[in-house]
This record gives sequence, C-alpha cells and structure tokens, in this order.
Amino acid sequence: MENKNTKIITKQLNLFYGSKQALKNISLGIFEHKVTALIGPSGCGKSTFLRSLNRMNDLIENTRTEGTVEIDNVNIYQNGIDVVELRKKVGMIFQKSNPFPKSIYENVAYGPRINGVKDKDILEETVERSLKQSALWDEVKDDLKKSGLALSGGQQQRLCIARALAVNPEILLMDEPASALDPIATAKIEELIYELKENYTIVIVTHNMQQAARVSDYTAFFYIGELIEYDLTKTIFTMPKKKQTEDYITGRFG
Amino acid sequence: MKNQLGRNRKNLLHKKFRWSEFLAEKLITLTAFISFVFIVLIFIFVFREAAPIFSSEEKKVSLIQAGEVQETYGDVEENNSPITSNQTSALETSGSEGDASLSNLTGTEWQPVSEVPKYGLLPLILGSLKVTLIAIFLAAPIAILAALFTAMFAPRWAKELLKPAIEILAGFPSVVIGFFALIVLATFVQNLFGFEYRLNAFVGGLAMSLAVIPIVFTISEDALTAVPKHLSEASLALGATKWQTALFVVLPAATPGIFAAILLGIGRAFGETMIVLMATGNAAIFSTQIVEPVRTMSATIGAEMAEVVFGETHYNVLFLIGALLFLFTFTLNAIAEIFIRQRLMKKFSGN
Amino acid sequence: MKNKFLGSSITTLSALSALIIVLAVVVVMGEIMLGGWSTLTWEFLTGAPKEGMTSGGIFPAIFGTFLLVIIMSIIGVPVGTITAIYLSEYASQKSFLARMIRFAVNTLAGVPAIVFGLFGLGFFIQFVGSGIDKTFYGTQLKWGQPNILWASVTMALLTLPVVIVSVEEAIKTVPRELREASLALGATKLQTIWKVVLPNSITGILTGGILAVSRGAGEVAPILFTGAAYFLPHLPTELSDQFMELGYHIYIMSTQSPDVEATRGIQYATTLVLLLLTFGLNFSAIFLRYKLRSRAIR
Ligand SMILES: Nc1ncnc2c1ncn2[C@@H]1O[C@H](COP(=O)(O)OP(=O)(O)OP(=O)(O)O)[C@@H](O)[C@H]1O
Ligand SMILES: [Mg+2]
Repeated sequence: MENKNTKIITKQLNLFYGSKQALKNISLGIFEHKVTALIGPSGCGKSTFLRSLNRMNDLIENTRTEGTVEIDNVNIYQNGIDVVELRKKVGMIFQKSNPFPKSIYENVAYGPRINGVKDKDILEETVERSLKQSALWDEVKDDLKKSGLALSGGQQQRLCIARALAVNPEILLMDEPASALDPIATAKIEELIYELKENYTIVIVTHNMQQAARVSDYTAFFYIGELIEYDLTKTIFTMPKKKQTEDYITGRFG
Repeated sequence: MKNQLGRNRKNLLHKKFRWSEFLAEKLITLTAFISFVFIVLIFIFVFREAAPIFSSEEKKVSLIQAGEVQETYGDVEENNSPITSNQTSALETSGSEGDASLSNLTGTEWQPVSEVPKYGLLPLILGSLKVTLIAIFLAAPIAILAALFTAMFAPRWAKELLKPAIEILAGFPSVVIGFFALIVLATFVQNLFGFEYRLNAFVGGLAMSLAVIPIVFTISEDALTAVPKHLSEASLALGATKWQTALFVVLPAATPGIFAAILLGIGRAFGETMIVLMATGNAAIFSTQIVEPVRTMSATIGAEMAEVVFGETHYNVLFLIGALLFLFTFTLNAIAEIFIRQRLMKKFSGN
Repeated sequence: MKNKFLGSSITTLSALSALIIVLAVVVVMGEIMLGGWSTLTWEFLTGAPKEGMTSGGIFPAIFGTFLLVIIMSIIGVPVGTITAIYLSEYASQKSFLARMIRFAVNTLAGVPAIVFGLFGLGFFIQFVGSGIDKTFYGTQLKWGQPNILWASVTMALLTLPVVIVSVEEAIKTVPRELREASLALGATKLQTIWKVVLPNSITGILTGGILAVSRGAGEVAPILFTGAAYFLPHLPTELSDQFMELGYHIYIMSTQSPDVEATRGIQYATTLVLLLLTFGLNFSAIFLRYKLRSRAIR
C-alpha cells in the first residue's frame, strides 16, 4: 500500500446490542485524506461500525463496546474522552437527509453557534464557505432564509454536508448518503466526495458497487459483523482474495 | 490547508467539565422530582391533619365516661393567636372533647354543628356510594355501547360527530354540570317522576353520569380498538355477522380494558365534588332510598371546610374524610392500572 | 330469528347510546346558551356586581379567573415541561427514579380535586403560609390564610399531569434523526434539547398549557377554601389577596345567594361565560394537537 498516515485504527472492535453481537473483532486502519468504502449485505454491521467511530452508538441504550478505536493515536473509548469534542472532529452524514426545520442559513450556522460563535461576519463567512464546499452555494445563495426542508432531496443532503463541514471536522462519516437520491443528485454528491477528500478523511457506507468503485480508494467488505476483506478498491474489485467478496461484488448474493 | 480551515482542536483527552450541562441535569432531575415530593406531601398532610382524631382517642373516651363533655363550637380566638405548644394541647383537650371517638365516627348521624357534635361517617359514605353507583349504572352502559358503536358499527360521519361531542362533554367544568342539574335537570326529573324532593341522590347520580361518560367511553374505546384485527377478521371470515363479532369476539377480548374504564369512572364519580354539592340536596340521611336527598363525603368537605375552625375536631374529621377519599380513589386507580397493563401485556404477547 | 333480533337490538342500542351522548351535549349547551344569552352584555362582562350581587356584572370574577390561571401557568407549565423533558430525554426507561416519577404523575392525575383543596389548606396555608407569618410577621396574619397565590399553586399541582402528558407526547414526535443530527455536530445534550427538541415541541407545550388553563378555569373544588371569595369590593392587587372566580361565582350565586330566583339571569350568563371560555380553550388545544399529530405522521 501507499505510504500514508493512518487516521483511524480499530483493534479487536466488538459491539453488542444487548446480547446480540453486531461487530466481531474488527481491526482495520483508515488512511488520512482517502475515501474508504464499507460494503456488505444488509444487516452486516456497516452502519454500526460507522457509528462506533464517533460514538453515536452511545445514544442507544444497552449497547456495549469492546476493543479500541484510535483516532490520531487516541483511543476514543478510553475514560476521560470528551465525546462532544470527538463529534466535532468526526462529522456524520446520515442516510436520510435530516436538515433542521430552520432556514438554510440557520442549518449551516448551527454548528458554529453551538460552539459559541456569535459574530455575524464570522457566521456568514462560515456559512458561505461551507455551502461552497458542498457545492450548494450557487443554488441557494439568494435564498438563504428559505427553509431547509423546502430544498430537493439532493440539495437537502448537500445542505447536511455543508452543516457538517461548518464545524470543521477532520473526518466525515457518510452512511449511504446518496441512497435516496436520483442519478444526477448522486453524481453531484460523488463529485463532492472526490473534492472533499483533499481535506478530509472520508468513510462511506454504500450499497452501490459502482459507487464504491468510483469514489473510494479503499474498500472494506463486511459480512455478518465480520470484516472479510479490506484492500485497495482496485484490488477488491479486480482480484478479491476471498470467495465471499467476489460473490458479493459480482452480485451472486445479498 | 489546516490553518485555512481553521481547525483548532482541543485535546480529546482533556474532558471538559461543562458546568451548564451538569447543573441543568441536576436541576431538571430535581424539578421532575417535584411531582413525587408532592404526592408524598399530599399523603402526609392530608393524613396529618386527620391524625389528631386518633392520637387523642383514649383521652376522649375517658372524658366521655367522666361526663365532662360540653363545649361550644368554634374557638376563633385561640386559632388566630400563634399556637404555642401549651395552647396546642389546650386546643386538643378543650376543642375536641369526646367527639371523634371511633364509636362516634362509625355512627349513623352527621351533626357536626350541634350542641353535642356527632361525626358519624356512615351516612356520608353511604351517600357517596349511592351517587357513585347510580352514576356508573347510568353512564357505563351508555358509554360502553357508544364506544362499541364507534369501534364497530359507526359510519365515518357518526364518528366525526360523536368524538367532538365526547371531547366537549369531557371539557364541561363540573360546576357547569352541577348548575345544569340544579336548575334544569332536577325540575325536569321531578316533573317526570313526581319525586318528593327536587334534589336527591338520583338527580346527583344522573348529573354525575355526564361527567363519567367521557372517561368510560374513552378508555373503553381504546380497549376495543386495541383488539387485534386478526381476531375480528377471523370471526368475520367464518361467516359471523358484524354484531356477532362485536358481541362475542371483540367485547370479550376488551374486557380488562372496559373493566378498567368502569373502575376509573367510579373513581371519578366518588371524588367529584361540585356536581354533588349542587345537585343532591346535601342532607345527611342514613337511608338506602335513591330519591331522597343525600350528602356525600366530597360535598361535606366542600360545604363545611370553609366554615370550620382550623385545628378543631370538625376540621380534623373533614380531613379524615379527605384521606378516605384519597385512599379509595388511589386504590381504584391502582387496580385499573393493573388491568390496563394486563391488556397491554396481552397485546404484546399476542403479536 | 332470535339471533336476528339480538343483532338488530345491539346495533340499535349502541347507536342510541351514541345519540344520547350527543343529545346530552346539545341540550346542556343549548340550555345554557338560551338562558344566558340575553344577560350576556358588554356591561355584564365589564361591570362589577351591584346591589348585593343581585345585579351588575361579573368582571371581578373574570379577572380573578384569569389571574388564577396565569399564576397557575407560570408555575405549572415550566415544572410540567421540565418534568416531561426529564422523563423523555434524561431518564432511562428502567431507572427507578423515572418509574417513581411516572407513578407520582399518574397518581397525581387521579387525586380528587377536593383533596387538592384540602392539601392546599393543610400544606400551603396552614404549614407554609403560617410558617412564613410566624417567621416574618410575628402575630400578623398575612400568608397563613386563603389567597390567590395558594389557590394558584394548588391548581398548578392539579393541572401538572395535564401539562406533563401533553409535552411528553409532543417531545416524542420530534424525530430521532434531528436529535442525532444535532449531537453528531458536537452539540451537547442540553444544547440539543434547547435548540432542537424544545423548539419542535412548542405546539405541545402550548397545548399542554391551554388544556391546563381550561381545566384550571373550570375546577372549583380546589379553590373553595384556598382563596376564592364570595364578594370583594376591590380587585386583587397582591398575591396575598383573595379573589372572585367564575366557577365559584356560579356555585354561590345558584346555591347561597339570598334571592336565588332573582339572579337566574346572572347565573346563566356566568355559566355561559365559563362554558365559552373552556370551550374556546379546549377547541384551540384540540386544533393544535391535531396539527401536531399530522406532523408526527408525516
Ligand atoms: N438499535 C439496535 N438495536 C438492536 N440491534 C440493532 C440495532 N441497530 C442495528 N442492530 C442490528 O445490528 C446488526 C447490524 O446492523 P447495521 O445497521 O449496522 O447493519 P447495516 O450493515 O448498516 O445494514 P443496512 O445495509 O441495512 O443499513 C443488524 O443485525 C441489526 O439488526
Ligand atoms: Mg445501515
């Protein structure tokens, strides 16, 4: 593999919902400024893994996590970790776009505001920069007071990306960000991901093999809570080492 | 690049202590605890004010035997001065005399303001029971049948008429129902049946049924609509008619819920004050006749508390009545809760 | 044949029951409307009782009722809202404390109104009020007697479950995704509640408040001996003043006024005012709840 910094390293990560184990001994390293795709059949634990990277699973009652997740060499599951700070560093985009029922402006300004930014100029600047980064600026710049919910599905998702970017994260977790979108909107998001990886480390869950092949540098294949294979996307899609992986990407199951 | 993005990470390991979060959580928990605190306080204070009756019982009994009973009613002066421990005991012995002995409390006469006050609770308890039973006997069939109607037979438009009607009925202040009963209903009923007394237990119960119907209806309807669809569909598929399904499948399946509805209805009727205060005639007669005036427990408190001297036996007895009301409705609600829970359990295990 | 008869009678009876309920509502409303309409004038609404309460208006009672429900809401709505926030946001469902609080709220909802009155008398007036008097006023009687503050606090307690249930229901309709979005942006729990959960529960808080006000305006039993007065020459100006109230006015005018027959018109019109007030409040609450539910579905 290339000579790159590993941004995230998970070691022997196990996760339980009550007594049900959803992740089994996941150990992998995610490289800085790369796009890593998580693929696998439904229910194999992709979302669970993704959510364990910013401790969103903490919000679900009865979950138990074992093992470590190191981000910049700090285990985020050790005692004394500030989860709020962690989530500012590790942003998240959800499958179903979920803008707040507020104006476009207020949606993007939400993050800076909760960080205590009150200065109007800084807020405006942040909103503009984030919307530009998420390639939404040109479409909404005259209408920032419009409700975020009044946008189209693809625009809403880019608004959510802008909202996440406004907090200045280093890592972006995306859970099937384009699954509810039409091909044109999907293409826009993919293009965006390609641009964003210059500055961000991106982990993306997708059910769409072509999408994984198009946008990602690395691909991890999950199956029933286990990490089956993890390699350069090129390698996974051209010469997978495991039979299960090959079956999955050629559409023979799932 | 990093500078341009303005990333200025705080150390993740340095967990920030957020005072506002900490205080807010404590404050919110504390505020939520208020409900509990007040339930306990209600319990304590209602019983506390009733307690002197029991604490000085022995003394009273001996006083009766010694024949030293004779005291005027109401010691206003003593009440207005700050109560010292000396005076408190003076109050107890002088103000309360031999009135509230157990035998007096279980008597059949309620004459708290007579020369020799009589605190017999039986006519009041009987009065409450009479009115409650009349109310529930009138309200339950109507409410349950109407609930069955909405759940099983009613066309859309009828539902859309009945539901708001129930909401409006539930929203009637009890004093409005009491007023209606006092002015209109009592006269109407008297003319219709030729009762001797215009205000009596029946009129009170009839008016009370208006307050009870919404409760019984709402909970019964909940129970009826919660009956799993597959049950009624199975019955209909076997060729049973709609009413057969309603009567032999849905109604039995909803029994616990309907039972709970009736219990809650009884609880409401038993505790309700203004309706009975205005519509029953308020005479503490110990009789089982339903067309005679009655005085219920709640109405007694409502009518007499304002005129009683604080700390006096009469006052304590009124609190005792309140404590009994509290206990009774509390028990009823608890039992109803169990039935409703049971129904939910069934619903879940059924799926 | 027998079955057929049973069937048609069941159907008929159930329809008849529904009809009886609707008719009862119509008759009560109609009677009060017809009886009170002619007396219900502007002067009646804005004037004070005159000539030993045999004529004149009911403004002091309206004023007292409003004051009562306002003070009640100021106390009850925040406490109820915060309790609902605790139950839905902070407490884990299995926690002992949460179960205890839930039990308390359910119990509170079932306590008869008159018992609240007794409690108000025994606790707020006799214990707290007298305690304050003893400590600060010596022998002077100021807080240790019925007044609008104690009546309002008592009523706030009675209507607390109404607020809690409404707000909790509203909070539940706030989508999980919005909460997660906020937390994933690094918002704290409190920030999330303050900026996402509460603004999206405003309708529910409003509904709860309105329902509580409607309930509070209609209940008479709790204020019988905690603050309501038969007649007062002045409007209450202090929290330690007694007050006149619509429901109480109806009660005394129809049962204890010296000439009950002569004041029939006043009684009807007062009842009509109270009825319209609670009806209007309930109607707006139902409307708001309807809007809330349709949002929850979407
Ligand atoms: N909150 C939860 N409580 C209990 N079990 C859960 C919960 N969330 C997920 N699971 C279980 O954990 C396993 C992994 O779920 P996860 O959502 O991570 O799968 P996924 O790979 O993201 O699936 P999909 O492609 O459908 O999104 C599944 O079996 C699921 O049923
Ligand atoms: Mg998923």
